[in-house]
Amino acid sequence: MQEFLQQVISGIATGGIFASLALALVLIYNAMGLVNFAQGEMAMLATFVAFTLIDHGMNYWIALPVTLVIAFAGGIAIQRIVIRPVEHAPILTLVIVTLGLATLVNGLAGFIFGYVPRSFPSPFSVQTVNLLGAYVSYRDLGVIGVSAVVLLAIYLLLQRTTLGLTLRAAAHHPEASRLLGVHVSWMLALGWGLASAAGAVSGIMAAPILLLEPNMMQTIIIYAFAAAVLGGIESPLGAVVGGVIVGVTVNLAGTYLPFVGGDLQLAVALAIIVAVLVLKPNGLFGRPSVRRV
Amino acid sequence: MLQRIRYAPPRYWLVVVAIVLFIGLPTVISSFQTSEWSQAIILAIAIMGLNILVGYSGQLSLGHGAFMALGAYTSAILVHRYKMDFLVTIPIAGLITGIIGFLFGVPALRLSPLYLALATFALAVVTPSLIKRPAELTGGVQGISLPPAVPPQFAKDAFAAVTGAPMTSDQWIYYVTLACAFILFWLAWNLVRHRAGRAMRAIRDGEVAAAASGVNIAGYKTLAFGISALYAGVAGSLFGLAVGFVSPDTFPVALSIQLLVGAVIGGLASIPGPLIGGIFAYFLPIESNQWVPTQTWIPSQIAATVEKAGPAVTYGVILILIMIFSPNGIVGLVATAYTRLRRRLRGAGERESGQAPPDPQTV
Repeated sequence: MQEFLQQVISGIATGGIFASLALALVLIYNAMGLVNFAQGEMAMLATFVAFTLIDHGMNYWIALPVTLVIAFAGGIAIQRIVIRPVEHAPILTLVIVTLGLATLVNGLAGFIFGYVPRSFPSPFSVQTVNLLGAYVSYRDLGVIGVSAVVLLAIYLLLQRTTLGLTLRAAAHHPEASRLLGVHVSWMLALGWGLASAAGAVSGIMAAPILLLEPNMMQTIIIYAFAAAVLGGIESPLGAVVGGVIVGVTVNLAGTYLPFVGGDLQLAVALAIIVAVLVLKPNGLFGRPSVRRV
Repeated sequence: MLQRIRYAPPRYWLVVVAIVLFIGLPTVISSFQTSEWSQAIILAIAIMGLNILVGYSGQLSLGHGAFMALGAYTSAILVHRYKMDFLVTIPIAGLITGIIGFLFGVPALRLSPLYLALATFALAVVTPSLIKRPAELTGGVQGISLPPAVPPQFAKDAFAAVTGAPMTSDQWIYYVTLACAFILFWLAWNLVRHRAGRAMRAIRDGEVAAAASGVNIAGYKTLAFGISALYAGVAGSLFGLAVGFVSPDTFPVALSIQLLVGAVIGGLASIPGPLIGGIFAYFLPIESNQWVPTQTWIPSQIAATVEKAGPAVTYGVILILIMIFSPNGIVGLVATAYTRLRRRLRGAGERESGQAPPDPQTV
């Protein structure tokens, strides 16, 4: 029982990492109906930026917001330069472009920072604390806390501010928003910036656990896909719930199913994706899409 | 017969010239270069499969490396465990992969293009760890080594008669690959011009309209998946033969990306596209890697990093640039240039009318 509780809590912590990245995917999906295959790689690059800042002596808690601002600007720049020329192209083209972006960013990171895995500092110690009889590390609690703050911030921004309202309006009814004087194209860019920042949080939380290297996010992005699909891909709340469910499921499957073990955890994510898509394509929180013929 | 040859359109002559060039190629290049060219042609076969799926039927798969792995392991296990002749295992690998692909196409029917891309991408990422699991069958992390192919007597004699040198294993594999590529490209060419190909294109361009015209949507979509997987399976089987061993790391996500890059560079929905794409996708990273170390002005430390990161950067840049500026790839560029050239060579009278004259073949 104690081990079970421990696994659940550490599953929630990894779930927080998945949820941040899944939220980034959802933000871009809502803005333009596209799954951004480069989201993980963009997060990885932002993590390298944070690493460089901290490596030059910057305090962790200053480096974190600075990185988020840089990631935000980077996301906007990528939307303006790479995505905008193909904004109205068929979905096939868009997916191929984001894949190209993923490959490009991965290669660039390898080019600039090399492929040697680096240990990334964490402000939380790996010491454990007794919580309801389970031993939980401060790092896991810290990851849960930071993820929760970021998710809450994005939720408030989207639901409680005028900017959030304009963002959502531009995504759902671009034509009507344009008539009402909303800069739809810039709102899309803003969406990319926000997503990039949310992804960066996920990368920075994952780096102390996984060691920082260019391919670090390649598995995380699959879990984030699973989380976003499970949550219904268009619902920010769904992404968070999906992330936690995926994190806990994968952790428990790795511990209690001897067949899965450590190396087939990724296959669990694939199984979740396929099962949700075949059995309940709208996920837990998605609205059923009606196609007009 | 003579009449038909005399009036054959110029592009048929282009095909004949290309075939003669490819057959003659191993007689002028080294055995090692021959093996590189076989791998490029193998990529072209897999890209042709991807092209049938993406270009002609409009379904996006980012996981064709997984189908290649399936084909390669089918052949390797048959050769290694059951001591079958490799040539016999190629069609078996193709058929098994094709059937699995067909079955895979059934759940894929329910997915939107975006979800399909997502699921196949996840499949590509998971493939290496899935292969490692049944270790006694697949050899686990070590993989399976394959004995080199021995050329049969008639091929040896023919090759020695032309070049005067004995035929190596690599050269024999090249000819096997070339024969497979020829058959599969010929089949693809026939497929896309006839009923099935027209149905697939109709589905790609408008599913509702196609259904209204009586096209069996589900049937043709799964068929496209099956055929596409068959091509990837044959390519994978040949890949194992050409490399001499198969292991989980032979089939990373990067392979699936490489296939997509090839399909996009060459040109989707065209028959010569995959061949051009395969050659580009194979030789681009190799040539750039060979070029960098020869440049003495680049410090060796940077050169080592470039060697590792270079292909990813070039692939990424090419994918983005082609999608923005020429979505139909090299074949599309050539076709546009050819049309413009012809229009310019024709008189000024047609240009004044402001619109292209109707094509007599379609009227």
